[in-house]
Amino acid sequence: MSEASRDYGRRRALGFAALFTGPALWWATVLLAPYALMFAISFYSKQFPFMIPDFQFGNYIKLFSENQYYTVLLRSLKVAFFVSCLAFALAYPLSYFLVFIVRRPRLRLFLYVATIIPLWVSYLLRAYTWKTILGTEGILNSFLILVGLTDEPVQLFLYNQFAMIVTMTYIYIPFMVMPLYASLEKIPRSLIEASKDCGVGNLKTFLRITLPLTVPGILVGFTFTFCLSTGDFIAPQLVGGPYSNMVANVVATQFGIANNWPLGSAFAMILLFIVLGIVTLSDKFERTGRLNVG
Amino acid sequence: MTQVHRKDDRPEGTFHIPLGFASWDVNRVTLGIAGASVLGFLYLPIVVLMIFSFNSNPITRLPLTEWTLKWYDTAFSNEVLLIALANSVIVGAGAVAICLVIGVPTALALDRYEFPGKAVLRRFVILPLTLPGLITGVSMLAFFNMMGVSLSLATVLIGHGTALTAIVVTNVFARLQRYDRRIEEASADLGAGPLRTFWYVTLPNIRSTLIGSSLIAFTLSFDEIPVTFFLTGRDNTLPMYIWSTVRRGITPEINAIGSIIIAVSICLLLVAVFIMRGEDRRSGPRRARQAK
Repeated sequence: MSEASRDYGRRRALGFAALFTGPALWWATVLLAPYALMFAISFYSKQFPFMIPDFQFGNYIKLFSENQYYTVLLRSLKVAFFVSCLAFALAYPLSYFLVFIVRRPRLRLFLYVATIIPLWVSYLLRAYTWKTILGTEGILNSFLILVGLTDEPVQLFLYNQFAMIVTMTYIYIPFMVMPLYASLEKIPRSLIEASKDCGVGNLKTFLRITLPLTVPGILVGFTFTFCLSTGDFIAPQLVGGPYSNMVANVVATQFGIANNWPLGSAFAMILLFIVLGIVTLSDKFERTGRLNVG
Repeated sequence: MTQVHRKDDRPEGTFHIPLGFASWDVNRVTLGIAGASVLGFLYLPIVVLMIFSFNSNPITRLPLTEWTLKWYDTAFSNEVLLIALANSVIVGAGAVAICLVIGVPTALALDRYEFPGKAVLRRFVILPLTLPGLITGVSMLAFFNMMGVSLSLATVLIGHGTALTAIVVTNVFARLQRYDRRIEEASADLGAGPLRTFWYVTLPNIRSTLIGSSLIAFTLSFDEIPVTFFLTGRDNTLPMYIWSTVRRGITPEINAIGSIIIAVSICLLLVAVFIMRGEDRRSGPRRARQAK
């Protein structure tokens, strides 16, 4: 190695150190340390009101053996699954409409941005508005009474899993639209035209060509919506009623009123593993999918 | 995406509606209705919120009564709400500052240098966006608790800064990857040191991305609950105030302040999106290729 190149290497290393030492320390302190600590606490034991540093699996065993806890876990997965399916059923026609039916690029961009914008706009307000829509004194009920479909306000709309699923579907639809739109837009129009030129009908073309080519987008969309809705604790608490506790609600309770941080940490770790597991899996499938498509 | 369909591509016997929509046939109409209803579903609650913020009935129900501005008046004379609003602005501004100070060097390091653990770092940094916000919230709560730091607006600010830096990192990194690096080499060839090159060449080229991602980070911080929920002490941010109010019941005052928040954040976001798109178009890869 020449003198000059060694000098260059040293200067580069110095530049890197100057640039990145601060941020590296910051990331280690405020992100790595807290996550590591929570992982450690999930093995602590609880002797009310203190938690004792320990290494035992009691918290995790509790989660999978006690009825009240694993019901919550299963419910979370079930609700997240329904939310993802419903979001998919609504987002696919919308994305298809945007990509294939709207022809003017400007109008399409405008409608796409209009679809995505609610995603960034006050989560809480959007969740809360469903309370005003579905409530006993709410808009839906007063509308039904106004047009004479019912005399008594219907109690069934709010404070149950139905309300929770509607609200969360509404909140997370944009996360489904984004990847679906991207994967539909990538499909070469020539493929679809070739299929039609060969006399294949619309539906068959859709099932044989369009749908399979959007599988990566569908996976990403499901991953987003599923992970986000399993981890939500605001919407369930707002519109879910008594039988709608989700994993995230239990974590919040354990870190709040119940004051059992080890158990809360164990539950948070489970949530973390579920989310990371799904993200990794879908990433892997998406990659193999991409290879198959070529 | 180039447009494959041309006017003369349309099968005979169909006619064109000059709305940007395609030819008139049953499939397309069905899909159009489906698409429009989903868009309607997306905007229904927002419209409801805004309409009822101007409606005199204290209960959010139909039929509409007379129009009024009194809820806006109540909201702006509610001192607790105004303090919460001020807190939110402080936290948002502080969080954006953290995002920039930490996020830009991280993006530069990821773009310019090869180092061990780089792939891990890239995934690690976006964890707070991937994982449910509450996980970041409780783990930072446990951490501050262990360090003996008492909860205040400062802990909220650090929490938001940490959780949202990923937005700046990913946007700036994407921008750095796309812009024409040769102008930096030119600057170095002309004898400018790294700091000067950064200040006079790199920074002006990523400026709009910085503004755009700061706006996004601010809007998200302004609306953040899961992290704030665990890290706040006695002080409330605006979303926490709204949260504590709407859990008790519904007040039209929230509709009023909510309508303002939504209007302002839609404007900020549109500005952010268009600024960032504009920058890519002005000095993106296409321009660089043309120069060759």
